[in-house]
Order: sequence, then structure tokens, then C-alpha cells
Amino acid sequence: MSGTVGIGPALAANPGAQEAPRPLRLNAEQASYAYAATDKSAPKFTLSSTTFTADQREIVAILGPNASGKSTLMKLLAGLIKPLSGRIEVDGTEVSEMDLKTRAQRIALVQQESELLFPLRVWEYVLQGRYPHGRSLRFESEEDCLLAGNALAQVGAHALRDRWMEQLSGGEKQRVILARALAQQPSLLLLDEPTQHLDIGGKVELLRRLRKLADENRYTVVVVTHELNLAAEFSDRIVLLHNGKCLRVGTAAEVYQRDLLEEVFQAPLDVEIRRNGRPRVLLRGVE
Amino acid sequence: MRPLTPKRILWTCGWLAALLFVTVVLALRMGAYSISVPDIVKALFNGVIGHWQEIPAEHQMVVFGLRLPRIALEILVGASLSVAGVGFQALLRNPLADPYVLGVSSGAALGAIVSLIAVPHTPGAIQVAAFLGAAITIGIVYFLGRRGGQLDSATLLLAGIISASLLSSIIMFLMTTLTTRDFRGMAFWLMGDLSSPPPVTNVFGWLGFLFTVFLIAAGAIYTTSSDLNLILTGEEEARHLGVNVRRVKLVVYVGASILTGLAVSVSGAIGYVGLLVPHVMRMLFGTDHRLLIPASVIGGAIAIVVADTLARTVAVPTEVPVGAMTALAGAPVFIYLMRRRVR
Repeated sequence: MSGTVGIGPALAANPGAQEAPRPLRLNAEQASYAYAATDKSAPKFTLSSTTFTADQREIVAILGPNASGKSTLMKLLAGLIKPLSGRIEVDGTEVSEMDLKTRAQRIALVQQESELLFPLRVWEYVLQGRYPHGRSLRFESEEDCLLAGNALAQVGAHALRDRWMEQLSGGEKQRVILARALAQQPSLLLLDEPTQHLDIGGKVELLRRLRKLADENRYTVVVVTHELNLAAEFSDRIVLLHNGKCLRVGTAAEVYQRDLLEEVFQAPLDVEIRRNGRPRVLLRGVE
Repeated sequence: MRPLTPKRILWTCGWLAALLFVTVVLALRMGAYSISVPDIVKALFNGVIGHWQEIPAEHQMVVFGLRLPRIALEILVGASLSVAGVGFQALLRNPLADPYVLGVSSGAALGAIVSLIAVPHTPGAIQVAAFLGAAITIGIVYFLGRRGGQLDSATLLLAGIISASLLSSIIMFLMTTLTTRDFRGMAFWLMGDLSSPPPVTNVFGWLGFLFTVFLIAAGAIYTTSSDLNLILTGEEEARHLGVNVRRVKLVVYVGASILTGLAVSVSGAIGYVGLLVPHVMRMLFGTDHRLLIPASVIGGAIAIVVADTLARTVAVPTEVPVGAMTALAGAPVFIYLMRRRVR
């Protein structure tokens, strides 16, 4: 495999950019969202004003109990819904104003796997990631194949390329779905609960991989997760949500305060700081 | 990794087209008046290059006057139903969808039966009324099948099934008012039948018009084939990858409905072809719509040419409706495919 075609973001592939100290990639400024059940009913806030930023090579973890507004924030970041107030920008452009293809070139969203209607090979699935980079009716070029191959290699799934999607295990499928997102060459990678169906080994492996991808490809990665300790270990910034409010944004050590976490997650928790300076959350004995 | 190339599409369609040509030549040979294969090929060649004077008069009449127009219609109907089947299966994300699932054929049948009652035995009235019936149904189901301003697969399917069921009950009621002769004709029509003579004198002009409509509708669906590949992995995912799902669904819905209306208005409701041909083509050539759509065009044409040739020759001197033949062959194939899928 030739190393001439990189898998990093197509838009940020400018050699000079490497020297700049972590330029701002994602900017959520006072972004809020509300929906009304009917036209006449009063709007219900599902996410009130949320502000945070993320630089290149940063991993941001969005934490919070169920129904805290995590999915709404993810949809706002992906541009699927338009903020009621405030703005969300990726590389200086407002996300909700990008056309569909431009958005897909810059932002890749990795969701839970969906049911395929007809069988598909792994390489066919990953090649779909190249769709935003050409005309609607198109045939894949050699470069597309190379990029898809590189994407599979980056997630350690090159050997799976000729397998059927339906034959893959949960962890393998997760890697292939990630590879399709990498083939998009996005600058912002969004992952919605990617660790849900993985065992602990799989979870650690996935987060290590994300760390490596963020560093090597200059991605900004945003992960919605319930894994407090993994988030503390691998992320640069934590956004803590509760009841549709953004309670705190900061490093894990700043956000993981015992009282705050106990109140948000309604569980008896202890927080200890490890030698590397990152906090660890423990469940206290339940009496 | 072996991505699809235009060369592979041309190669696959080339040999399928050759198979269709052989099928057409054999179909031209079959019938009460016997003509040898070399004579048929010679007549076709002379016809194509315009040397009509070199074709014996009886060959001209049998090949170009009787059998070829019917075969051309078979090709049109088979191709239309198969592409419509591919379109509806992707649009509704349902492998059991066929061109009639949204009630287009019931609308056409209602139009046909109304024309039989209102303007009996008027040439062309059934075809026009059937097409109008199909068009009105397409419109009604479209408005019933929308949710949040766009077509929703589950709502559309329900709207289609309910409309088809309502229209069928009206058809049942109207059937009881027909005379015995019209009743038999209508029963044939409902089963799918290509034995009625063309409604116009300029047969080739009429066929030209039908093929033009086919090319426009099928071509429109083909332009969405890359998008359909992505929609099969999930609408939401397709949207994230930059597909304008709303536009694609509209194009496929209108295109597939026009193709179904076209086929039904000239031949009645021929079953199984629109359901099975896409599945057989998927088994042979994979699920990529860029190849699946053209392969289904030719595969569907072959299927109906074979079925209708059998329909007009197995029970000489009478004819069996082609829909009966496709159902006879289609049901076992369907069961085989279903069992294969289960294993």
C-alpha cells in the first residue's frame, strides 16, 4: 500500500498547518435547542445554552445521565438540527448552513450499527465513505480505493475487507463503521456511544485508537459515552450535561468533583486522583 | 477490493442483451406460422437496414406485423416492472415490496373497469383510463404517505396497502355489473395479459412513445443509483454521508410509479416479475444499483418474453394470460429464494 495518500482531513491537509499550535476546530457558542410537541404548545428546552470549544487533535467526551441532552448536542454538532440560539462552527463555518456534501466532507458521525437490507462486503461499506467527495452518480477511483484501504488499515481491519458485514463480530463491525467514517476524511469525528456493545478490552482498544487517530490525523473527536473512567483517561475535555443543561466544561480533573457527580448520576461515588493527574471514579459500597 | 467500473456494467449488460436477443429470436419463431431461425435473423437484419423489399411478404406480416410488436411490448413491460421493483424495494427498505404494493395497479384496474362501463369497446380507452387511474392513485398515496413534509417508508407502505385494499373492494363491486364477455376480458386484464391488439394503427409510433416514457423514468431512477446504495444501509446514515434523501425518495417514487402505471396500462397486473427479477439479479450481480438497475431492465425483459411466449403457445389454439404463467413460475422461485435466505 502506498503511503502517498493520507487519511487525514482533506481540508486541513496543508503542511504549514502542522506547525500551528492546535488551531480551533470546533466552536459551540451559546448553542441551545428546543422543540414543541405541536405547533401551538410552548417549546420545551432539550438543551439550554451550551458553550465549549475543541482544538485539532483533541478528544472531547460528552457525559451525562440518560435524557440529559447528549443526543441533542450530538445532533446539533452533526448539523442535523439547527440551534434555536447561538452557533456551532467547524473550521469557522456554521454547521447548519453547510450544504449536505460539504458537511459530510468535514463531519463524520459514527452511530450504532443499523440493519443492512441486503448483504454487503466490508470494502463496499467502507468505500461508501468516499461518497461526499464526488458527484452523486459516480464510480470509485483508485484514490478512493487507496483511501478506503488505508482507513481499514488504520482501524486494524484490513484483513476483514472481503468479509460480509453480517459475519462480523460486534467489535469488528465497530471498527469497520469507524473505517467508513475515516474514509470520509473528516476534520470532526463524532461518535455516539461507540463503546456500548464492547467488552472492556474492546472499549480500551477503541479509545486508544481514537487517541492515536486524533494525534496522527489531526482529527477533533467528540464522543458521547457513559464510561466515566475511560473518558477521564483518554479525553482532553469533558462536557457534563444534566437535565438539558451544560453543568461544566473542563478537564476531567476540573469536572470530576465528587458532589457534582453524585448529584448528576444519583449514585454514591468516590473520586480519586491518580499519579498521572487524571481522576478515577469509584462506586462506594451501596448500603 | 474490486469496485464497480463502467466496463463491468457494459460487459455484464452486453452478454445479458445477447441472451435477450436469442430469446427474442426464439420467441419470434414460436407460433402457428413456422419460420426458421436463419429466416428470422435475415428478416430482422434487412428490417434494421431498411431493405424491406428483400423480406417475403408473409415474413413481413408475421415477424413485423404480429410477433415483433408484441415482443417489444413484452420487453417494455418486463423492463418497467423490474426497475419499478428495484426502486420500490429500496424506497420502502423492504425486500418483499413489488411494483403493486402501493396500489398503483389497483388504481389502474379501477380506471380500466370504469372505462369498460362508461365507454365500452373504444380503442385505447382502457389504456388511457388505466394510466389515469394509476396517476391519481400515485398522487393520493403520495400525500397520504408523507410525514413531517417528506415521504416516510413505513407510512407510505401503509397508505399504499390501505389504498390498494379500498380500490380492490370498489373493483369487486363494479365487476358484478359487467356483462359476461366484459367480465372475462376484465379477469384476464387483472391477471395480466398481452394478447389484446395494440389500440392504435401506428404501432411502432406508439411503441416509440412508450419506450421514450420508459427511458425518462428509468433514467431518472438510474441517476439516484449511488444514493440508493447508501440508503440501503439506513436513511439516517445516508443523510450523514451527504445524500439528499428527500429528493432521492421523490425521484424514485415518481419514477417507479410511472413505470408501473406504464406497464399496467398496456398489460394489466402481471405479477411476480417486479418482485423476483430484482432478487435474482442481486443474487447474480450483487446489490450495487449502478449495475442492478440495467441488469434488471434486461433480466425483466427476458422473463416476460419467455413467460408470454409460453402463454401464447402452451394451450394452442387458446391463450393463457401471461400473468398466470409468471405466477406459476414465480411462486416456486420465490419459495426457493426465501428458503435460501433462511438457511
